[in-house]
Amino acid sequence: MTSFSEQPKGFTSGSLNRSSSSSRTLFNNFMNGVIFVCGALALLPLLLVLSYLLIKGFSSLSLELFYELPPAPLDEGGGFGNAIVGTAIMVGVGALISVPIGVAAAVYLTEFSKGQTARSIRFATNVLSGVPSIIAGVVTYGILVGTKVTGYSAIAGGVALSILMLPIIVRTTDEALQLVSNDLRQAAVGVGATNYQTVLLVVLPAALPSIITGITLSIARAAGETAPLIFTALFSFFWLNKLTDEPVASLSVLVYNFATSFDPNQQSVAWAGSLILVLMVLIASIVARFATRSKS
Amino acid sequence: MSTPAQSRQAGKNRSQADRTLDRSFIWITRIFAFSIAAVLVWIGFQVAVQGLPALEKFGLGFLFTSTWSPNPPNVELGILPSIYGTLASSFIGLLIAVPIGIGTAVLLSENILPLSVRTILVFLVELLAAIPSVVYGLWGIFVLTPFLGTVGTWLNKFLGWIPLFSRPESGAIGGPGLLPAGIILAIMTLPIITAISRDALTSVPKNLREAAYGLGCTRWETLLKVIIPAAFSGIVSAVMLALGRAMGETMAVTMLIGNSTNKISASLFAPSNTIASLIASQFAEAGGLQISALMYAAFVLFILTLIVNIMAELIVLRVKRL
Repeated sequence: MTSFSEQPKGFTSGSLNRSSSSSRTLFNNFMNGVIFVCGALALLPLLLVLSYLLIKGFSSLSLELFYELPPAPLDEGGGFGNAIVGTAIMVGVGALISVPIGVAAAVYLTEFSKGQTARSIRFATNVLSGVPSIIAGVVTYGILVGTKVTGYSAIAGGVALSILMLPIIVRTTDEALQLVSNDLRQAAVGVGATNYQTVLLVVLPAALPSIITGITLSIARAAGETAPLIFTALFSFFWLNKLTDEPVASLSVLVYNFATSFDPNQQSVAWAGSLILVLMVLIASIVARFATRSKS
Repeated sequence: MSTPAQSRQAGKNRSQADRTLDRSFIWITRIFAFSIAAVLVWIGFQVAVQGLPALEKFGLGFLFTSTWSPNPPNVELGILPSIYGTLASSFIGLLIAVPIGIGTAVLLSENILPLSVRTILVFLVELLAAIPSVVYGLWGIFVLTPFLGTVGTWLNKFLGWIPLFSRPESGAIGGPGLLPAGIILAIMTLPIITAISRDALTSVPKNLREAAYGLGCTRWETLLKVIIPAAFSGIVSAVMLALGRAMGETMAVTMLIGNSTNKISASLFAPSNTIASLIASQFAEAGGLQISALMYAAFVLFILTLIVNIMAELIVLRVKRL
């Protein structure tokens, strides 16, 4: 606090300085301390989880993990080659469904709608993103698995994941499109572009980096999801042969199954699998962060 | 695609094909946009239809029965313990996460720390939200649960006369139970509370803060009497969203709560279950009516989270319009 050189009459010199022993200052400093403790407590679990993952995961990490099949209980070695393939396929199916729908929906929201309609659909998107992931699993079970349309399969798993990816993609694309300057749209219309030409050739390319960031994030999230897969994709100890009517392994379900196993070898495969999952999410988040930062 | 020269030759009007294409493009995006709302409705409808046989059989008593014996001949199913477990574990989680989360949000929105440090902290909190739930579960099984066993034994020794800290019927403290599940929920909801509260705090108009400083308020007088009240509804919606997330969280909770389907125990150390963990742990072995009962449970969970999420969204919308 700066004090003025000329004090008004009636005030002692330095009265604008903060007294370091007044109860107000003490309370202020105390509360500053409290929020530092809060911040430390918030980061403590991250530190603990990551350090355990690094210790346990790296010690059981080996090259064989990436191409061998999961070990049966009391087997030696083994890996999660088929789980990586399964996760990749199901996330791919999920993205194939949710990206076109999500991007098109976001285009409608920012480009062709206003007022109440846009508000309601954004509202529905936000509510959809709050639907528990296990519900996406039971719904997909009810539609595809229980009715024997696809049975337990990679397709069913992918559909369940797409329900969770959809709101993330809509929201990030919506935000990305809103950031595109209106000058671009006006210029496009000014040279005679139709609506679809404006969107496809001008607006979407301009927003592409942010849209890809959003898709990357949604893929990273989906790869870590377990609940929608445990009764749509189940799990498998073998390589995948076909996309329907055959249970398929995934990294997240492998971690879930092996975490509760009594066999130390399976547990160590679970730790290595978690490490891979977290590294993937970590890399996606960092890439996303840099991609959006370099734009703004 | 027509070049400007072509369209001039064709007069001022676009070709019929071009116009049709344009209109159908808008219609396609419109259909996809409405399909999102349709997916939401479809989820509710699908779960309700699948749960209908159980609803007819058990009626509303399903919600107030605490037995889960799916094996014939005496099939009796009820989810009262799961509803209790859902609410209790979410409550424990929020009890821990709300103060710490709001404190962290204040730390990240005030200028106590330099901006570069805060940017890194914001990223780290985001990371906390990005770690998959199954990884938290794994960590919970091998690290958190044994640690809480030690703490729990100590608490039981000195405070065991309080039902909350009493020895569970199984006799063991340190296995899966309500407490580890609640704490893992605290860790998982904390980033949501922090991120949304921080947004609310930083979007309070600057002149409110300047006016308070001008009147001679200290930082915390400003925060407690001006900034936090102004951001209050945003913070409330953050807590609501976190509650929705906590109630629906499945994997980490299933791995840590012990999945006891029959008993409500007052002890924090006793195994319990939540609606989500009930579905996750029972669905694979279920058949016939039990599947329908689990769908009924899923419908209850869907409605609960729907209400919480809609309330959170309405608060956000109201704030935006003000």
